[in-house]
Amino acid sequence: MGDLSPGFHGKSHAFAGRLPPGQYPTESFPVLSAGPTPDIPTGRWSFTLTGEAGESRSWSWDEMMALPQEEPTVDIHCVTRWSKFDTRWRGVPLDVFLDAMETAADFVVAESFDGYTTNLPLEDVTDGKAWLAHSFDGFALSPDHGGPARLVIPHLYFWKSAKWVKGLRLTLDNEPGFWESAGYHDYGDPWREQRYWSD
Amino acid sequence: MHGWRRARLTERTKQTATGRTLTFEVPHWPGHLPGQHVDVRLTADDGYQAVRSYSLAAPAGAGGDRIELGVQATFGGEVSPYLADDLPVGAEVEVMGPLGGWFVRTPQDRGPLLLIAGGSGVVPVMAMLRARAASASGDPCVLLYSVRAPDEVWYATELDAVAEGVRVRLLYTRTAPEGSRRPAGRITADDLLGMPPPTDTHCYVCGPTAFVEHAGELLLAAGYGPDRIRTERFG
Repeated sequence: MGDLSPGFHGKSHAFAGRLPPGQYPTESFPVLSAGPTPDIPTGRWSFTLTGEAGESRSWSWDEMMALPQEEPTVDIHCVTRWSKFDTRWRGVPLDVFLDAMETAADFVVAESFDGYTTNLPLEDVTDGKAWLAHSFDGFALSPDHGGPARLVIPHLYFWKSAKWVKGLRLTLDNEPGFWESAGYHDYGDPWREQRYWSD
Repeated sequence: MHGWRRARLTERTKQTATGRTLTFEVPHWPGHLPGQHVDVRLTADDGYQAVRSYSLAAPAGAGGDRIELGVQATFGGEVSPYLADDLPVGAEVEVMGPLGGWFVRTPQDRGPLLLIAGGSGVVPVMAMLRARAASASGDPCVLLYSVRAPDEVWYATELDAVAEGVRVRLLYTRTAPEGSRRPAGRITADDLLGMPPPTDTHCYVCGPTAFVEHAGELLLAAGYGPDRIRTERFG
């Protein structure tokens, strides 16, 4: 070890314990997206839950805003190695949507207005672990960060927290999404540093 | 592909006041595609480690086991100022990669190319330009390169040479050189006039977040399809 990067001391030690391996803390809020930012007026926004047999249930923007809301404050971890502490969101727990439908599915695919997809085990988005968020830090979520609404699933790398999300599709089998098909880990636990296929 | 490899710094070239090109020798480097990046890991004497991502500036092949990274030093940063100025030539760090399977141009990709870079966002784009030059592709290619001032242009001398068949248009945002017809200012819809047509052109946009957001909006408004625009943002 001693012969690598001589003279390097580092600055992030103070966050040990809160910082997953290989991450660094950031004060800013970087934007990571594969393409341009889509424009989705709330007037034509809807959120659709689709069952494994094809049945579906949709919520308009106003219907979604009338659902029970929560204000989680969470640490988030991006696979590009930044972590941001104590981010404040407002939104609907995914349990509220998922409770509206009986299912035998074990997995879910989040689908976005721009065609992005990401896959998750169903148990990772239930029991208060995931939200459909429409506000960040007290303000309406901006388009570059996924507005009008995105998923927030803080215990997994943040690419799982799909921006511009338009629905959840329940599936019996695991269906790898956009980044999961492009070399990134299927599950993405930051504390086990599951970044890539081989991790 | 995903183990950490030792990388020895062999050369450091100043590009701008804060921008550097770092060439590393990486034994058994597996090769990479233009647009890909690597993770660089530094280790302090007490075992503390820090990792950041840096874009590969040159295509694979030409340099064998050598890779070239672009590093923009950010004031107060933990890693970039060390890489830019303090890591001694001959010393080693660790790298993992190549990484990234989306913001890439493969040798099989054909058709007109519109590259839009802001500041040090030109680094992965440069790998695409250099690969294009090496392959003698005849596809139309334009680089729109936004910088604050003339002294912030990376690869200033090489851009002329690599640019055979490539139109390079510099967009100065704060200070334009004497005699410029275009007034200083950020990229506008007018800057997209005369670009390769939206129908079959592939666009790659890389730079600071606000720049990429703005350029992406302009491309969409000009009729380029979202599925033909690939972006990489930083900062």
